[in-house]
Amino acid sequence: MLEITVAILLTVITAATPLLLAAIGELVVERSGVLNLGVEGMMVMGAVAGFGAANLTGSGTLGILCAMLAGVVMALLFGFLVLTLVANQVATGLALTLLGLGLSGLLGESFVGQPGVRLPKLEIPGLSDLPVVGQLLFAQDILVYISFALTAAVAWFLFKSRAGLVLRAVGDNHGSAHALGYPVIAVRYAAVAFGGACAGLAGAYLSLAYTPQWVENMTAGRGWIALALVVFASWLPFRVMIGAYLFGAVTVLTFHVQALRGNLPPWLPEWVGGLTQTPSQFLSMLPYIATIVVLVLISMNRRTTLLNTPACLGRPFVPDR
Amino acid sequence: MNVSIDPALSDGRAAAGEPVAARLLEARHIVKRFGDNVANDDVSLALAPGEIHALLGENGAGKSTLVKIIYGALQPNEGEIFWKGERVTIESPAAARKLGIGMVFQHFSLFDALTVAENIALASPKGVPMAELSAAIEKVSAEYGLPLKANDRIADLPVGIRQRVEIVRCLLQSPDLIIMDEPTSVLTPQEADQLFVTLRRLASEGCAILYISHRLEEVRELCHRATVMRRGKVVAETDPTRETVASLARLMVGSEVAAVHRAPAQRGRPRLTLDGLDLPSKDPFGVALVDVKLEVAAGEIVAIAGVAGNGQGELFDAISGERLGERAAAVLIDEVAVGHAGVNARRKLGAAFVPEERLGHGAVPGLPLSDNVVLTRHGTADGLVARGLMRFARAAEIVAFVTERFDVRKGVPDPEARALSGGNLQKFVVGREVDRVPGLLVVSQPTWGVDAGAAAVIRQSLIDLARSGSAVLVISQDLDEIFEIADRIAVISRGHLSEPEPAATMTRERIGLLMAGGAEKKGAA
Repeated sequence: MLEITVAILLTVITAATPLLLAAIGELVVERSGVLNLGVEGMMVMGAVAGFGAANLTGSGTLGILCAMLAGVVMALLFGFLVLTLVANQVATGLALTLLGLGLSGLLGESFVGQPGVRLPKLEIPGLSDLPVVGQLLFAQDILVYISFALTAAVAWFLFKSRAGLVLRAVGDNHGSAHALGYPVIAVRYAAVAFGGACAGLAGAYLSLAYTPQWVENMTAGRGWIALALVVFASWLPFRVMIGAYLFGAVTVLTFHVQALRGNLPPWLPEWVGGLTQTPSQFLSMLPYIATIVVLVLISMNRRTTLLNTPACLGRPFVPDR
Repeated sequence: MNVSIDPALSDGRAAAGEPVAARLLEARHIVKRFGDNVANDDVSLALAPGEIHALLGENGAGKSTLVKIIYGALQPNEGEIFWKGERVTIESPAAARKLGIGMVFQHFSLFDALTVAENIALASPKGVPMAELSAAIEKVSAEYGLPLKANDRIADLPVGIRQRVEIVRCLLQSPDLIIMDEPTSVLTPQEADQLFVTLRRLASEGCAILYISHRLEEVRELCHRATVMRRGKVVAETDPTRETVASLARLMVGSEVAAVHRAPAQRGRPRLTLDGLDLPSKDPFGVALVDVKLEVAAGEIVAIAGVAGNGQGELFDAISGERLGERAAAVLIDEVAVGHAGVNARRKLGAAFVPEERLGHGAVPGLPLSDNVVLTRHGTADGLVARGLMRFARAAEIVAFVTERFDVRKGVPDPEARALSGGNLQKFVVGREVDRVPGLLVVSQPTWGVDAGAAAVIRQSLIDLARSGSAVLVISQDLDEIFEIADRIAVISRGHLSEPEPAATMTRERIGLLMAGGAEKKGAA
């Protein structure tokens, strides 16, 4: 039974990591006052670029770097349109997703069915031998470690560093930030590029770790979920992490409930077994409902939510003549 | 007339008992064009250390442009700036701060979601640890009589305290020059007095202050010199203590400003009654109205004074029907309970409303004036709708009539609302409602951002409307305006409304006390 439990928890990590990577990047973008709805598009481009580079060179590291680069290129395209040309952010973000989905399908045509490169598990000496938690937390691939480190780093950056303060200031009131002499557009370009790199990493996780192969549209809407997580988590990094893991956990649980039927681990309450009787459509809804309910509950404090909502989110900035 | 600053002018100051010192800042022959519009046309200005120098002018006279150039937010097309005798180019606000120029903005440049310390850190040099900065903030702010708590969130602070944050932010950079843009427009008279004490102390320590204000009385009280601008040019440099309010106004406007005539009010039957109106706050930073009681009678103007953000917006929304209250009988228009009725139902009872924000709330920016007339008057008996169809010819007639009577200046007969300047649009949105001769007119900030000439026209029209038998309720932050037109004055403070008192016996000091919460205490008792 313990093995099943560990197996379930391992799959929770794999399901949550791409969401966390993409969401933490988008969180930084939105904190700077830019709404990039193109996460799905950047992510899928990251997946195809990561798979392609790893497949051609055999190097997972190069795959990761190329995935980040693809995400950044897409993000800078978005940045040029909405920051320099002041195009509508919502429309441009949607277009970016459509572009990414189409372009990745085209570029990835020859990759379909090809064997992929799987990122190695990095065992941390000593710690990985611990029972249960050893394999769970200290024998993961590099991207899982990065996702943990990134969450902590972004939280530190936003709330402890001066640069993070400037970024939040730009997102809160771009007019005042400009009046104080901060380069609003440059800060936003940097944030958008960071968001692109994170979405690229999330894509790389899908095509190099989650299922090391290329399938068209393999992001399957995860970019949208990441976007929703950011909002429901009130733009707070650790809440984003809770949301991503919750969503991953419930998703995985519904798979196992269906697959294992009556053979569930004993620590699960009995009604979970009852879920096997419910239609599969209901089970597919469950992660979304559970995540929304939990994040809405923890965001009940409207003051906290309002204080953390970037006031300039989605508002274009045009400096004085 | 172009005033080139020569030493003779400084002597004027010396005669006024001020020490003559070397020039701190000198702007020479500044020209700034926006397209065809010349915002600053050969403007020169000189400031000495320790001098409080007023910059006067109507809206659009070019004051803001000049100040933005000095603060590095705009670059001049021509002219040069000397700082402590050396020629400088001020490329950015950061460069200006580095030189020792600080600015306190009229519309605060604060970040609502951040704390006091974080806001100040954003304008301070890098590398100062937060704890040290917080200590410095509390020390300096207490020293200058402007106490602040470093960890308060801006969103939770009243407007007067927010201005303190701006001022302390300036002070921490130990500037040689502080630019203040309309600093007292958000303060109670007592808070303004406190600010003057601080400013005089700063000046005595050698800091120069460039003080922009519309309020001529306070300029006379506070400032050592005044530079007056009109239509982009400097028209006079003078010693304000030797001028009268009327002579300063004449310099600003360029002609005599018509005085408002007011016959004594003859109060008739009540046309608007608020009977224990409660309205919860819409968002966590908003203000709730608590047990508001008010009666406005035919023939009189009642004015509600108050510092911005004390529930004026909520009160306006509750009277106009933009927000509906719990009890229908809390709002009565001509004795009809309308607390649950929408805006148009209230208009049909003879009420008219002019909100504070003219563009986007009072008028749709992208629609021509005639369509904007239809929007507020289609439900009333103005003949704008016949058999369910709009009559555009009638709307055009109303536009022609209103723009003629209120002297709304426009390029084409029926321009889009956004094509009008702020003052012209204000004349239009007030005129549109006054033209209906409503039984009740509720108007928020009737002359906000309007030049003195136009303001006189609007104020006179409000008085005339009231004397013709309508009830007029004015919500304003401008005490001069209130004393000019109001028959009775009430004060709103944190959602509590004081008992209206006759204007004849009301004083500024009393209004100040009520603004600071006197009404609230009385309401709670």
